[in-house]
Amino acid sequence: MSRVDLPPARLEYLNLIKEIEDLFFLEADLLDERRYEEWLALFTDDLRYWMPLRKNLAHQDDRGDITGENDIAWIDDDKATLIKRAGQLRTGVHWAEEPFSRVCHIISNVRLVDSSADALDGKDFEVSSRFCVYRNRVETETDFLVGRRRDILRRVNSELRIARRKIILDQSVLMAKNLTMFF
Amino acid sequence: MTVHGHSAKSLVDFARGEISREVFVNEEIYQEELERVFTRGWLYVGHTSQIKKPGDYFVSCMGEESVILTRDPAGKVHVFLNTCRHRGMKVCRYDEGHTVHFVCPYHGWSYATDGRLVGVPQAEKAYRPPLDRSQWALIEVAQIAQYRGTVWATWDHSAPALLDYLGEAKLALDLALGAWDGSDEETELLGSVQKWLIPANWKFVAENFSGDGLHVVSHRSVDLVGIGPTDGEGRRDDPGKLMMTTSPQWGHGLTFSYLPPDPNRTDYAASPAASQYFKQCWKKRIERMGDRAGLQAVVGTIFPNLSFHGQQPRTLLVAHPRGVAKTEMWRVYFADRNAPEEVKQFLRHYYIRYSGPAGMTEQDDMENWNYATAASRGSIARRYPYNYKAGLGAEETNEMVPGVVTNHPISLTTEQNPRNFYKRWAEFMDAKSWRDLKPSQVDDLSEHRR
Repeated sequence: MSRVDLPPARLEYLNLIKEIEDLFFLEADLLDERRYEEWLALFTDDLRYWMPLRKNLAHQDDRGDITGENDIAWIDDDKATLIKRAGQLRTGVHWAEEPFSRVCHIISNVRLVDSSADALDGKDFEVSSRFCVYRNRVETETDFLVGRRRDILRRVNSELRIARRKIILDQSVLMAKNLTMFF
Repeated sequence: MTVHGHSAKSLVDFARGEISREVFVNEEIYQEELERVFTRGWLYVGHTSQIKKPGDYFVSCMGEESVILTRDPAGKVHVFLNTCRHRGMKVCRYDEGHTVHFVCPYHGWSYATDGRLVGVPQAEKAYRPPLDRSQWALIEVAQIAQYRGTVWATWDHSAPALLDYLGEAKLALDLALGAWDGSDEETELLGSVQKWLIPANWKFVAENFSGDGLHVVSHRSVDLVGIGPTDGEGRRDDPGKLMMTTSPQWGHGLTFSYLPPDPNRTDYAASPAASQYFKQCWKKRIERMGDRAGLQAVVGTIFPNLSFHGQQPRTLLVAHPRGVAKTEMWRVYFADRNAPEEVKQFLRHYYIRYSGPAGMTEQDDMENWNYATAASRGSIARRYPYNYKAGLGAEETNEMVPGVVTNHPISLTTEQNPRNFYKRWAEFMDAKSWRDLKPSQVDDLSEHRR
């Protein structure tokens, strides 16, 4: 089959996946270059930025190993709190990030969970991806945090925006001393 | 204990406020701490709301060692070492759950939630004379006690009762763990435990929460952006004037605050529901407690490693030792059980943007403890003691709270609580047994006042 013969639905899907990847890759660059204002503009105002805990539970335990919506989490921010976090990083006296850490985000395995038909203006649709976040700080301090993201994206005035981010870190006891980086 | 021929007491110059860096970086001292502090002291192991029903369990830690907090079929609470009596395998590698038995994966020995060994595969063939199962139960702590929902244990049969051990800290725990309306209603955990590893000696954590007003300068960044429950700068509503008190005989460090009771307080103004709830609580609190309603337990450390915030936020933190330069932090958060769900959710958000590894306040603490530990390990660095002289001689009393008190405003700058923490630490390290650990003389502290 030549490219021009792709069914319209397939083309639409490929277009959308590329658009989502472009968003995520841009986001990674904005974070790693500490361009936080531009990064924050990628989120809707009703954002929930949520990083639940992980637990070791027996296989028959039906609660799942990811803590629930109303449980204690690593992070459970609205947009206003996320803006404060970015503001704290720019105070010059936030010692956990002064001097700045070197952070590198690698985003992959981008997959549309909902149908691409849901990606119409104003509608929410879900996307799954993986992250590898590498942090190196001061001299030899190094963290490598890996996990999944489940994002709810929404097209706002024809631009894709992130309305909800669930960050599922694959660690139970967090092996980084703090979480000053974003995911 | 002796290190290079020196007693622990010689490393802690209480009167001059100088403490050797060896206390924080010496591997030998660390190993001795596990023996002398963590097998003798009363250690916080969990909360009754984590084991509500018979068969519920929660896996906790005492020092470096894993323990299981269980509620047996009769409702009795136990704490067991998490190791099979046969070949040592952990009998439980889950964080929490509900079970009838703990079955060891290795050779299949199984234990009931009251610790009894109830199953040994091939026992009839393997053992003659028959195995006396009663001699091979899970290893249980020497003493267990509960206080206002918290569960504590010690490996030492001769340790005094928990209520004696808490000493002057009992009032702080009453205020911190009690319902905000001053009634006997309970507080409950808001959910799961945050656990994370930090590259620091555990005592940096304990001393920080025992009372270190001077480190507030380190939190300038979070104060500038403001994360409190009322909009604007800062991290919390006005707690009033601070009183820093030590429990001179037991090593606990506490910070109380007082402001005249006002039923029209506007705390938690960022949330109408929370603001309304706490206004009602203040009204009842004042009816029940009168002038003392204005007394709050802000922060503290119960020797050795249980720290708490009792006001804004409300949270318990255990600094589990994991090596001379490694600590595993376990933090839980709590609120009035009877608070409306909307209020609990508001508090949950506030608490975790304040504390924990992503907490905008605690992040900076961990950077400090990390590099203070690292920069103290060198041969040259070890020759120079840390300076704990702030507030020497400012110790007084205060009719509102027990113990030796540094009053406002010197309470904001004194290091009396960390000093006293290390005095007690040295006593634990030098004592052969609890016989030598009977409370030390209050007079030692009063030297500073002469």
